[in-house]
Amino acid sequence: MTGDPLFIDGVDLVDIGIMAAKVLVAFTFLLVATMFMVWFERKLISDMQNRIGPNVAGPWGLLQTFADGVKFFFKEDLRPENADPLVFRLAPYIAAVTAFLSFAVVPIGGSFGSGSSGTVTIFGRETYLQVADPPIGILLLLAMSSIAVYGVMLAGWASGSKYPLIGSVRASAQAISYEAALGMATVVVVILAGTLSTHGIVAAQAGGITRWFVLSSGVVPFIVFLIAATAELNRPPFDLVEAEQELVGGFHTEYSSIRFALFFLAEFMNVITMSAIMVTLFFGGPAGPILFGMTWFWPTVWFLLKVLAFLFVFVWFRATLPRLRYDQLMHLGWKLLIPLILFWLMFISLKELRAANDWNWIATYGAAFIALAIGTALLLAGLRAGDRAFQDELEEA
Amino acid sequence: MVDTVVFILAAAICLTGALGVILARNPVHSALMLVMTLFGIAVQFVALEAHFLAAVQVIVYAGAIVVLFLFVIMLLGVDRAQNLELSVLPVQKWAALVFAAGSLAILALLVMVVKEPVTGAEAIGGSATGDENVRLLARSLFSDYVYAFELTSLLLVIAVIGAVVLARKPKNVVGVAPEPGNEA
Repeated sequence: MTGDPLFIDGVDLVDIGIMAAKVLVAFTFLLVATMFMVWFERKLISDMQNRIGPNVAGPWGLLQTFADGVKFFFKEDLRPENADPLVFRLAPYIAAVTAFLSFAVVPIGGSFGSGSSGTVTIFGRETYLQVADPPIGILLLLAMSSIAVYGVMLAGWASGSKYPLIGSVRASAQAISYEAALGMATVVVVILAGTLSTHGIVAAQAGGITRWFVLSSGVVPFIVFLIAATAELNRPPFDLVEAEQELVGGFHTEYSSIRFALFFLAEFMNVITMSAIMVTLFFGGPAGPILFGMTWFWPTVWFLLKVLAFLFVFVWFRATLPRLRYDQLMHLGWKLLIPLILFWLMFISLKELRAANDWNWIATYGAAFIALAIGTALLLAGLRAGDRAFQDELEEA
Repeated sequence: MVDTVVFILAAAICLTGALGVILARNPVHSALMLVMTLFGIAVQFVALEAHFLAAVQVIVYAGAIVVLFLFVIMLLGVDRAQNLELSVLPVQKWAALVFAAGSLAILALLVMVVKEPVTGAEAIGGSATGDENVRLLARSLFSDYVYAFELTSLLLVIAVIGAVVLARKPKNVVGVAPEPGNEA
């Protein structure tokens, strides 16, 4: 049985109050985190490139993003003449709302394992430290990331201008391609945890680092998820969606003022949400040692530290990796990541089935190895034939 | 009480979207209205406690299929209203009207005549929630309906291969010379 214990014995005013407070805290947290994420990224990249970076607004330039945000509010809101008025206005909201909604399923605290089930007590009510724990759990993330495509796609189309359209077509092709790998990497975790609920996934990882899915799933799903998530976020090195040298600014070229700010916000919110999801799926969520007193305090600290580590990784990617070409992007997604995670998914399923049904070790893995060899051979033959046909076409042209 | 309100709201969203699909002049607006209808149906699934189906509805239909629709609309550049007077078959409009009225009449007749459950089969999920829901669905897909399931996937593969074959440029076709100056 999944679900927040808050709602088990009916709903009264206190429950609604707690719920509203949770939504408010999560929303504020995301907004403030976004503000500092922008600063963090600019400052870190400056360090990596031997520059100083923002240093005027506030101590160490901390308030730079705040100043930029205020400026966005007071700028004139321009709309191109060719733009589709309704869709042009709708697109930034789709981007921002989906970015926020995916964060709702992330458990940001609560101690798991050794008798406690990750609940905290607020005003005498037991509840989870996450905005919502729907029965579909992690599927909400996939649903929201597939809806987020609309924000980018409609923005590009509704601008009624060429560069945004090219940018948005690239973006939607990229998002759809990498969603498959992202989803299958998630399925590996779901198989190991035996539940879709994010709370259940974190609970299944309780009890030490060896139980974290990054290790018990064999690292590969995590790496695939990390790459696919970077592509899904349109972050460098997968940022050909808004490649400045080719497309001016990609899908948001024609946006200005607060509407541009909404896209900007959504982009950085998504980075934070994806980091949080990776911590939840592969790194035990808020798991960590409770040092002294206050059992509710430490898990949240560990959670935030882990998220920060991933934010650093994303900035690091941006500072060091060159952008992929479009055919390289598709090659990586369809010909490498998807077959790899597909094989891994079958392997993990087989491992679980063998353990559950007590099958013979040698027979199971022998058969699996033969099937794997045949599959790989077929795949390689197919890839080679495809490459040859492509080369032929290039030579003819 | 709450169920009724949710049903009425979701049904209103579905119907508004469905009307929008056929009434909007711009194909992109039609596609967006279709998304609205799909969302309304997803809400209905949630109200029936079929959470997994609701998620699938959003991920597959709204997230993939309509995105592909939009993709095609944008790539082909048909995102402007077309003049209906120029349609190829003049009969088409009247035939559509007749068939629509016929379908509606059959539907109304079915609603009035059929008083009992059509198949009598029980819902697979029953009142199961959460993970149990997914488990039961998977079990029935891979046991009772495994042939139908696998044949459908085979059908989809055939469709994909067919589309690829049709979309390929004809190679070395006699009589079709590339126009001068138009080669890639």
